[in-house]
Amino acid sequence: MIREALLVLSDGEVFEGEAIGAEMSVAAGEVVFNTVLSGYQEVITDPSYAGQIITFTTPHIGNYGVNLTDFESRRIFCRGVIVREMARRRSNWRATADLNDMLIAYGIPGIGGIDTRRLTRHIRDTGAIPGAFGTADESTLRAAALVEPGTDGVDLVAQVTTSQPYTLGSGTLRIIAYDFGIKHTILRHLSEYGEVTVVPARTGAVDVLALKPDGVFLSNGPGDPAMSPCAVDAIRELVEAGMPTFGICLGHQLLCRALGGETFKLPFGHHGGNHPVQQVSSGKVEITSQNHNFCVDPSSLDGRIEVTHLNLNDHTNEGMRVNGANAFSVQYHPEAGPGPHDSQYLFDQFARLMASAKGRSGFTRNSMTGYETPGLPTIELGVAG
Amino acid sequence: MPKRTDIQSILIIGSGPIVIGQACEFDYSGTQACRVLKEEGYRVILANSNPATIMTDPDFADRTYIEPLTVEVLAKIIEREKPDAVLPTLGGQTGLNLAMELFHAGLVGVPGTPELIGANAESIETAENREKFKQAMIEIGLDVPPSGTAHNMEEAMEVVARIGLPIIIRPAYILGGRGTGMAATMEEFVKAAAHGLDASPVSEILIETSIAGWKEYELEVMRDRNDNCVIVCSIENFDPMGVHTGDSITVAPAQTLTDVEYQKMRDAAFACLRRVGVETGGSNVQFALNPENGHMVVIEMNPRVSRSSALASKATGFPIAKIAARLAVGYTLDEIPNDITKMTPASFEPSIDYVVTKIPRWAFEKLPGTSGILGTQMQSVGEAMAIGRTFPESFQKGLRSLENGRLGLNCDPAEKQYDALDDAELLRLCNVPTPERPFHLGEALRRGMSVDTINAATKVDVWFLDQMLMIVEERAHLATLGFSAMTKRDWKRAKRLGFSDPQLGYLFGVDELDVRKARLDVGVKATFKTVDTCAAEFAAQTPYHYSTYEDTDEVQPSDGKKVIILGSGPNRIGQGIEFDYCCVHASFALRDAGYETIMINCNPETVSTDYDTSSRLYFEPLTREDVLNVIEAENPIGIVVSLGGQTPLKLAGLLPQNLIVGTSPESIDRAEDRELWNVLCNQLNIPQPAGGTAVTVDEALAITDQIGFPVLVRPSYVLGGRGMRIVNDRDELVSAMSELIGFGALGKEGGLSAERPVLIDRFLEDATEVDVDALRDATGEVVIGGVMEHVEEAGVHSGDSACAIPPPTLQPWVIEVIEHYATSIAHALDVKGLINIQFAVRGNQVNVIEANPRASRTVPFVAKATGVPLAKIASRIMLGATLQQLREEGLLKPPVTGHTSVKEAVLPFNRFPAVDPALGPEMRSTGEVMGIDITFGLAFAKSQAASYSALPTDGSLFISLKDRDKPAGIIVAKRFRERGLKIIATKGTAAYLARFGFDVDRTLSKLSDNEGTSAVDLIASGEITFIVNTPSGSGGRSDGSHIRTAAVVHRVSCVTTVEAALAAAQGMAEAAATPMTVRSLQEFHGL
Ligand SMILES: Nc1ncnc2c1ncn2[C@@H]1O[C@H](COP(=O)(O)OP(=O)(O)O)[C@@H](O)[C@H]1O
Ligand SMILES: Nc1ncnc2c1ncn2[C@@H]1O[C@H](COP(=O)(O)OP(=O)(O)O)[C@@H](O)[C@H]1O
Ligand SMILES: [Mg+2]
Ligand SMILES: [Mg+2]
Repeated sequence: MIREALLVLSDGEVFEGEAIGAEMSVAAGEVVFNTVLSGYQEVITDPSYAGQIITFTTPHIGNYGVNLTDFESRRIFCRGVIVREMARRRSNWRATADLNDMLIAYGIPGIGGIDTRRLTRHIRDTGAIPGAFGTADESTLRAAALVEPGTDGVDLVAQVTTSQPYTLGSGTLRIIAYDFGIKHTILRHLSEYGEVTVVPARTGAVDVLALKPDGVFLSNGPGDPAMSPCAVDAIRELVEAGMPTFGICLGHQLLCRALGGETFKLPFGHHGGNHPVQQVSSGKVEITSQNHNFCVDPSSLDGRIEVTHLNLNDHTNEGMRVNGANAFSVQYHPEAGPGPHDSQYLFDQFARLMASAKGRSGFTRNSMTGYETPGLPTIELGVAG
Repeated sequence: MPKRTDIQSILIIGSGPIVIGQACEFDYSGTQACRVLKEEGYRVILANSNPATIMTDPDFADRTYIEPLTVEVLAKIIEREKPDAVLPTLGGQTGLNLAMELFHAGLVGVPGTPELIGANAESIETAENREKFKQAMIEIGLDVPPSGTAHNMEEAMEVVARIGLPIIIRPAYILGGRGTGMAATMEEFVKAAAHGLDASPVSEILIETSIAGWKEYELEVMRDRNDNCVIVCSIENFDPMGVHTGDSITVAPAQTLTDVEYQKMRDAAFACLRRVGVETGGSNVQFALNPENGHMVVIEMNPRVSRSSALASKATGFPIAKIAARLAVGYTLDEIPNDITKMTPASFEPSIDYVVTKIPRWAFEKLPGTSGILGTQMQSVGEAMAIGRTFPESFQKGLRSLENGRLGLNCDPAEKQYDALDDAELLRLCNVPTPERPFHLGEALRRGMSVDTINAATKVDVWFLDQMLMIVEERAHLATLGFSAMTKRDWKRAKRLGFSDPQLGYLFGVDELDVRKARLDVGVKATFKTVDTCAAEFAAQTPYHYSTYEDTDEVQPSDGKKVIILGSGPNRIGQGIEFDYCCVHASFALRDAGYETIMINCNPETVSTDYDTSSRLYFEPLTREDVLNVIEAENPIGIVVSLGGQTPLKLAGLLPQNLIVGTSPESIDRAEDRELWNVLCNQLNIPQPAGGTAVTVDEALAITDQIGFPVLVRPSYVLGGRGMRIVNDRDELVSAMSELIGFGALGKEGGLSAERPVLIDRFLEDATEVDVDALRDATGEVVIGGVMEHVEEAGVHSGDSACAIPPPTLQPWVIEVIEHYATSIAHALDVKGLINIQFAVRGNQVNVIEANPRASRTVPFVAKATGVPLAKIASRIMLGATLQQLREEGLLKPPVTGHTSVKEAVLPFNRFPAVDPALGPEMRSTGEVMGIDITFGLAFAKSQAASYSALPTDGSLFISLKDRDKPAGIIVAKRFRERGLKIIATKGTAAYLARFGFDVDRTLSKLSDNEGTSAVDLIASGEITFIVNTPSGSGGRSDGSHIRTAAVVHRVSCVTTVEAALAAAQGMAEAAATPMTVRSLQEFHGL
């Protein structure tokens, strides 16, 4: 039964384990780690992981199975998962399938039994690193790891964005959401405030303005913000037009570049659900969900923005408001999914911005009840029920 | 927000004696808090009656009051010290309750009095009052189990009509869960309600919808003044609702919650804290979740640090108490650095990359009459925690950490006991929560019962059961492979599932060392990982490790002089906090002397397992295998085995002999081995009770033929008098022997074998027991640390009797003889370090009962009574220092005198109403308190108040004595009458007293006569305020046992020896004559 497998990193490190998930002799990608204790399904289905292999530091993965409502996108974009221990048997009333079966259904390979702590410590030193794993022999895997480009300079957004616009939610506010790899949890939140139209990443500013939105949302997404120049142009025009704009994660980085600022790559990124972020104005601390390798350099935007949020671990930028415009953004994930709910006030802040730009004093919000959100893209492949 | 400068001095209320539900976790949190607040420059005043704690060392506070924890005493301390603030959240339930009483008395929390910091009166009230708490939760939209109160059957019927069945019943103001019940049918309900109403002294019951079988969770939360909230740890219970979390196997982090559910719970926990109004500090919120539909309800919250917060701190590396103390003085979480990473702030939520399992340890074997079934009241006396990368690994490590003779999840000799059970019986047992349940579950899985069948019967989560099944399947697989076919992969898989070498040895029929060798030969060796709060995301140099079987090891080799100190494992009756105190002191002293200290222990409650205590901490089971792993990783110059009680001592012989420091294992054996010991006493001409050793019934009878009855029968190599009893005749002897032979077959503690025979001694009647703690160094110098005279006669275990320094009644020359004997025994055993010797003094003859060349339970008490840090000195001696050197260094000082210190034991009977509280040679106390004052009487009175049995000032004395005690009874009755108490006696005692011209005020007939008012009635009505009842031999449940039980239930002081009664009378007389004063240890010690 056990299929022995290896993980080989581009610097030659080798880890022994066993194959899990979809069968594949060689799977390659950029190896990153995530420290969340719960929420593996949301992480695995997050489009921001396109091109990456996700290492879970939590040893037991798959314990509570998977269900249809915790998907963060219509399918899975990561290249593989690395775990210490894949559950044989799930236990949770919400579950409709085993995680391993989901991986098989989506053709996502994995490797289990890995000393993930050793791997994490290694990545902490080398930074996110190309690697390959599978049942192939060591030299084949090494070769695959060496040719794997990683995520620098690759346009991953094009692979994950929607091909067609679609709309969900209803209400007085009209929001255009750029899909650079948008997470469903973000759409669940936005649709509480009004009608949300999700548009492909390459949609031009003119087309957006023609829809007469009350606000524009810039989504999260995978990879290097420098690889989406056309989105950067569109954002610049929209912000200059005074459009209320809110960006999250990649959206934050693209807004920075639209203002002429710089982004850079962090050594091993932030991937977890426990990062402290301080709101500069109040000093209050939010525990945040994070998933990014690239980062905004606030000094490159001197005078054009106000820094609103700071990461207390490494003091990198976590949020900004654009001076003289109606735009703000954060680097982390206020929508959670997975992660803490400490920062959900930012969605209210966006709604307030849209309402006041419209000359209104307030907004209404239809709070989510239950787990289902109508209008989300259907999951492309059913998982065994 | 920086720290507050408007307060300068803070009074911390400790938690008092160790009792079930409140153990050394509060020493751990209190010690941390004292340290931190002193570091911050505050003047720290500490009140705690427990001398065995680290926190009551004079170094940890500016003023340490080892005084009774009562409002009266605290008021005196407040008056004397005038603190600006009182911090009540670190002393458990005791601390909170006292804070509320002080508040109601207008002594704190109101203008002009010290401020309550950490939690205010209103929030304590909201959290602690179950009705108010439920109301508050409903207000903020959280669900609670529906409930109602009833005072009679009609009201009970109304409540059940409203909330439906099934229900649980919790009577108000009851002890030990008496009258608690569950009902699923109306018939059961009527019975249960009637029973509950009857059990409650105020005829009040809480009827609550039963959600037994739901999943139980706990979240550990912190909040600061700026309303920043973090979850430190989530904990999932293996045992579903219905078993108290303190009695449940618990696992961190939670394993079977989706993130959606977890975040909902997190939001609810924060909402709960905000509503209750916990402004700063740590709290614990308990939840239950319906496994069918995820319906979540709040069970309760504790607005203070708790047992769970200590566990969470050890499980994550996030020091909750330390941070709570900083928050209480005004800091916010982001201003406090994470202790472990140093670079990141404390305002984060730990991520952990391992699994932590906590398993409780009970003492039912010491409490005959208890059912041994777990329920909604906590009954365990200690716990072990284990860390592994996966649940199976950490679970099996946890099971072997318990030291119950089990090697892991079955796969050991003890599993044979299940062979006799048929499947139906086994499944039934699986459904009854008992300490044995995990092993029953393992056996059921081994027989092929499906996870679903077992889950349906027990409600234990299928994920946990499947993880156990992996262990069971692996065992079957390994059995088919066989020892010689094991490959590297096989060994690694087995070790990763937590199998111990002895388990594998049992499975393969080879010695554990052969297993070790075979796997090491193929390179399967333990690797050590680090607890770092962040799952390796950031670099951390935490000196906190656990073993697992992975690719790489994180222990940094160091070339300092390293000493391993073996801790004492889970708390149990007879081996508790005192030994942790000794280990911690050794670590402090050796660090000060330039050694690197390495602590190995598996008890999450303790100061020893604080990663700050030693240079490095290994959170590991105390077994040969696990200790050898650390030795190999660290390469120490020595191992200290004599400070952690019996646990490390038992290991001494199994470890490299050249590394054991201090008294040699041979000497330890000479004191423990009866034959060698007899030879030694004969050589030294020291009298001892006649006796011998036996392995069989016939041998035992041969001994009693020689020495006569009564005799004391006890197994060797046990602690706290386990299995020990006074035997009066041949029949009793035969049954006692058979029972011990039975233990041996099951691998239980106290079992019999050729190497561990039973000891049979002539029982010395009417003897005064004396304990001595002494130090000896390699040059042969001996220093007597303390001579303690026991209040109760020999025959009451020394751990259960009160004792005093200096001896209040012994003749000076008798004390000299004792010191002389102690010195020659220490020489003969070539002691290097501590020795404890017990004597029984009868008339002019001093008999030696036993000698233990190791630290004893009384070391911290002696240290606090005399100001001499015995454990520190002992640890230095073990590493070669001489007493003279230590004197020059200033560590060894002459003892301080001029006062009397009394230690009193605290017993757990209020939790176990079915157990006869009469004292005997088997120890049953869980903790101790100390009273210090200028005379014995005053110190004794304080010790009684501190042990929650304050001496009476009015009411009636009830006296009922066995014949032998009747003469002394005359004096007792006289003294109590002088104190203004009425005297009530049983017929026999009254008649005897009358013969000497003493007429009692009232005579009662025997309970069994069933006529008129009984003693039990007068105890219940409060008329009887003090009881002297000496048990008359063994036999069924006598009158006496009913009276003593009633005393426990109604919290009336009851002594079971005339000595204690006389001490009480003396205490009452002196206390009446002198107003009570309080004085700090620093003042007593002249610091
Ligand atoms: N409604 C209930 N139904 C079933 N079991 C319960 C219920 N309420 C509490 N329990 C059980 O009783 C235990 C103790 O209850 P809790 O309210 O936490 O009291 P304590 O203050 O002693 O911790 C819980 O840990 C839980 O297992
Ligand atoms: N020969 C004896 N006569 C009377 N009492 C005894 C005798 N031996 C032991 N005891 C009593 O039994 C208690 C427990 O015995 P001890 O040998 O000290 O066991 P442990 O090793 O558990 O401390 C003692 O504290 C003492 O009160
Ligand atoms: Mg509780
Ligand atoms: Mg003893």
